[in-house]
Amino acid sequence: MTPFRELLSRELAIAWKDGSSIGVALGFYLIVITMLPLGLGPDLNLLARIAPGLLWVALLLSALLSLGRLFESDLEDGSLEVFATGPLPLEAVAAVKSLAHWLTTGLPLALLAPALGLLLNLPPEAYTVLVATMLIGTPAISFVGGIGAALTLRTRRGGLLLALLMLPLFVPTLIFGISAISAALTNSEAYGPSLLILAAISLASVALAPVATGAALRLQLQ
Amino acid sequence: MKLIAETLSVMRGDRMVVTQLTFAVDGGEALTLTGPNGAGKTTVIRTIAGLLRPAGGQIRLEGAQPDRTPSEECHYVGHLNGVKASLTVEENATFWSRYLGGAAADIEAALATFGLGSAREVPAGYLSAGQRRRLALARLLLAKRPIWLLDEPTVSLDQASQAMLTKVVDTHLAGGGLVIAATHAPLGFAGSRELQLGAAALAA
Repeated sequence: MTPFRELLSRELAIAWKDGSSIGVALGFYLIVITMLPLGLGPDLNLLARIAPGLLWVALLLSALLSLGRLFESDLEDGSLEVFATGPLPLEAVAAVKSLAHWLTTGLPLALLAPALGLLLNLPPEAYTVLVATMLIGTPAISFVGGIGAALTLRTRRGGLLLALLMLPLFVPTLIFGISAISAALTNSEAYGPSLLILAAISLASVALAPVATGAALRLQLQ
Repeated sequence: MKLIAETLSVMRGDRMVVTQLTFAVDGGEALTLTGPNGAGKTTVIRTIAGLLRPAGGQIRLEGAQPDRTPSEECHYVGHLNGVKASLTVEENATFWSRYLGGAAADIEAALATFGLGSAREVPAGYLSAGQRRRLALARLLLAKRPIWLLDEPTVSLDQASQAMLTKVVDTHLAGGGLVIAATHAPLGFAGSRELQLGAAALAA
């Protein structure tokens, strides 16, 4: 377990010291959500109705911003080559990097979301479910997104390609995240099944995606 | 321990860079790979490290624990240093030591050996190219591994650091370790053999 823990704490230390990726994601999320009411006009009912969708789509785009750089600096400075000869298989390295991405991006974004919900006039009964869907759903973004980050590692302008490759894969998370919130708004009991499916998607991503990411990293080192 | 490469062939793109290469390196021995640019020195080293998959032939270890592959027994110091610019010298060294399973007591000694003792608190991004290289080489001493794979280890090192590296390598060899280095400049390791690569591969 030691290499696992050491790698995770190194990733968190780098994210904390560089600071830029967390700040950019949170800032981008904030700006997109603040601009939407300006574009859509001051119709509070309209905003409240589409708020779950806006919050989720903007969160996906914000998380995608830093995803492209998940393995980039490790490839450029040679750390990835040392990882390949290290004690952890590249699959485990991929899992740790995705976990660190979730802790530094998915988690802060999910916690910022309720504050932004206020800006969109999201009804009070939706907040608990909003945060729950995002906490449960965002690991899938970091872990599935890791595959795309590894595949586009050596491509120029990989970020755009990453968005094209990965956004369709986030559709299930998006659908069930939004449907849980909508259910909570109409009938307080009916959000359970959506949350469970969301959890299933995330758990499957956490278990399976690192295998694909590890294989893609191995290819990139060839 | 003995590292054996048998009829090793490696493709890069659609070109066979290394063809039917056979060599063996014993514990306590150093093998230097020489040859013109593009002769396949880096390719051979990366293949031993397990980063490249050979198109034919095999690399195996004799006298190691049976479930260990060469890549788990080796230190690979390539062209890139594996140094994080935003972490300090000490944080970089501590991470690699713990990650690769080294002893905490070796960190200070490794940094001192490579003349980085006084730069401990400096973020690695502020180091010169030679200092960064020395930090990468310090990894060799942070965790004990019998096989050292060095790809152009002396690039951007000054005379004194090169002598330091030679001394470190000689100690490693005397302790029964083995070293495979790709180089253009003579490295002066004790009892090193030379393997000339490339003349045939380039002509083909």
